[in-house]
Amino acid sequence: MTALRAAWNSDVAWSFRHAPMAMLSAFVVLVCILGAFLSPWLAPQDPFDLAGLSLMDSLRPPVFMDDGEWTYPLGTDNQGRDVLSAIMYGTRISLVVGVSAVAFAFVLGMVLGMVAGYAGGATDAVLMRIADVQLTFPAILIALLVQGVVVAALPQEAQEDFQLLVLVFAIGISNWPQFARTVRGSTLVERGKDYVMAARVIGIPAWRILLSHILPNVLGPVLVIATLNLGFAIITEATLSFLGVGLPPTRPSLGTLIRVGNNFLFSGEWWMTIFPGLMLALMVLSINLLGDWLRDALNPRLR
Amino acid sequence: MVIFVISRLLQAVPVLLVVGFIAFAMFAYVGNPVTMMLGQDFTEAQRAALVAQLGLDQPFFVQYAKFLWAALHGEFGVSYRLARPVTELIAERLPATLELAFTASAIALLIGVPMGVYTGIYRNSPLARAFMLFSLAGVSLPTFLIGILLILVFSVLLGWLPSFGRGDVVALGSWWTTGFLTASGLKALILPSVTLGLFQMTLIMRLVRAEMLEVLRSDYIKFARARGLTNRAVNFGHALKNTLVPVITIVGLQLGGLVAFAIVTETVFQWPGMGLLFVQSVSSADIPVMSAYLQLVALLFVGINLMVDLLYYAVDPRLRAGVRR
Repeated sequence: MTALRAAWNSDVAWSFRHAPMAMLSAFVVLVCILGAFLSPWLAPQDPFDLAGLSLMDSLRPPVFMDDGEWTYPLGTDNQGRDVLSAIMYGTRISLVVGVSAVAFAFVLGMVLGMVAGYAGGATDAVLMRIADVQLTFPAILIALLVQGVVVAALPQEAQEDFQLLVLVFAIGISNWPQFARTVRGSTLVERGKDYVMAARVIGIPAWRILLSHILPNVLGPVLVIATLNLGFAIITEATLSFLGVGLPPTRPSLGTLIRVGNNFLFSGEWWMTIFPGLMLALMVLSINLLGDWLRDALNPRLR
Repeated sequence: MVIFVISRLLQAVPVLLVVGFIAFAMFAYVGNPVTMMLGQDFTEAQRAALVAQLGLDQPFFVQYAKFLWAALHGEFGVSYRLARPVTELIAERLPATLELAFTASAIALLIGVPMGVYTGIYRNSPLARAFMLFSLAGVSLPTFLIGILLILVFSVLLGWLPSFGRGDVVALGSWWTTGFLTASGLKALILPSVTLGLFQMTLIMRLVRAEMLEVLRSDYIKFARARGLTNRAVNFGHALKNTLVPVITIVGLQLGGLVAFAIVTETVFQWPGMGLLFVQSVSSADIPVMSAYLQLVALLFVGINLMVDLLYYAVDPRLRAGVRR
């Protein structure tokens, strides 16, 4: 109870309570997360249960249009799938891929950044040079390329199973330099401090110094980058899926839903594309606003 | 000046070598061209003969050097998917992508700069606030979603503009085709270039606005006003001129981003450019096309960065003075 009160009275919580935009976006993000992860219980229909689909109900418009029904509040797709349920399941996949990709980039960037900053010399030069070269190219291009090469290298029958992992790997790989650069900078600062010197004098091995002494002190700034990166990772996943190199229609993310729906745009069934698109935009916008707020709240210079 | 250019060029060489290496490694380790070319039935002697003919029995670095040499001469092999030389395929698609990127930058500059100046000068007016809100949407909406929304409004609902392809193109010279000279070509260009340029436009607008706010506070603007110059002379002659250096840098660096986002825009609008070619080759694992595209884009990026550096050098006299000292 006292811990809760302390958290309520902390600076960050204070700044949160005085930022209506942050509260609104936190609310939206929370609703997205709950809706996505409770989708098996909350969603009106299981879009992957073929027995529950009926072609008689396909291509129904949303409820506010002439032919709409309350059974399908946002209409149905060409196979009679409820668009609302598909969006809820799709958001779950988008969130899982986005969060895992950021986590992967985070760990990779942390490790390489700390090693580069602590070891210095040739290791540092090589790692940072690679990061520089990679930063010259847009992340989406690298993700596309990695995705293409890995899929080409995998045997045909394994491709379906690994699709999700390959996607996480591709997006993560395209994002690590940002984390590595920040971590390297703070590691360089920490390395010169007395407590690290003391730890080295008493003979603690380098990996333990990095893990238990330097790591907790360089974590703060990268966590902010991770939040800001999450929106970007979700957009990258959606873009790859939209381009047709991401997730297949059998396990649709929001990007796949938009791609499939896009084929029906001309025959007037706009709801199959526009609703997943709005969901994506709303979620990414809220995550970005929340990240912006967190960056400002954790930066004492801006207070 | 000469030293500056040479040092920049020397920095670019390792980048190109690394990219060349990655492109080569893709060939060497992904897929096996020998089994692909031989088909079902073959003897060990036939296999060995083909390996020798392709030079695959030579040491790794000899193969790498040969690969680089061929790439320098513009030879990138034959597409697995289309069975045509990659160089030919890319040359065919290049004009479409360049015209799209050029139009998008032009739109971004011609609309973004005035919007930035306006929001910088009248920053509390309702119109300026509307512009800022619009730019927030431009930054957070994914490119493909903007494209789809534009298609929905202008092609499906209003029926004013075509939603895919380049329209009628006219051939200029032996290989350049242009859509600038026909009415349908120009109409087809509008939606894709707006989609592609929107992100840049909002970026330029925000940049010009921030710079204008900064410059308008400075002393020489106060003096210019004290001298009784007209508002137009002050705002455009004095203030805007000094905001342009960072704008040039960002626009130059973003040209590379345009090439990357052209991949997405070209897919949405089925625009027959290099980006569409690349996406199709990624989904069908067409390694030669992917490898050539990678090298070409690397060359483009290095070239653009070099040009931006030189332009910076030409625009900002302080840099020149610094070198001479």
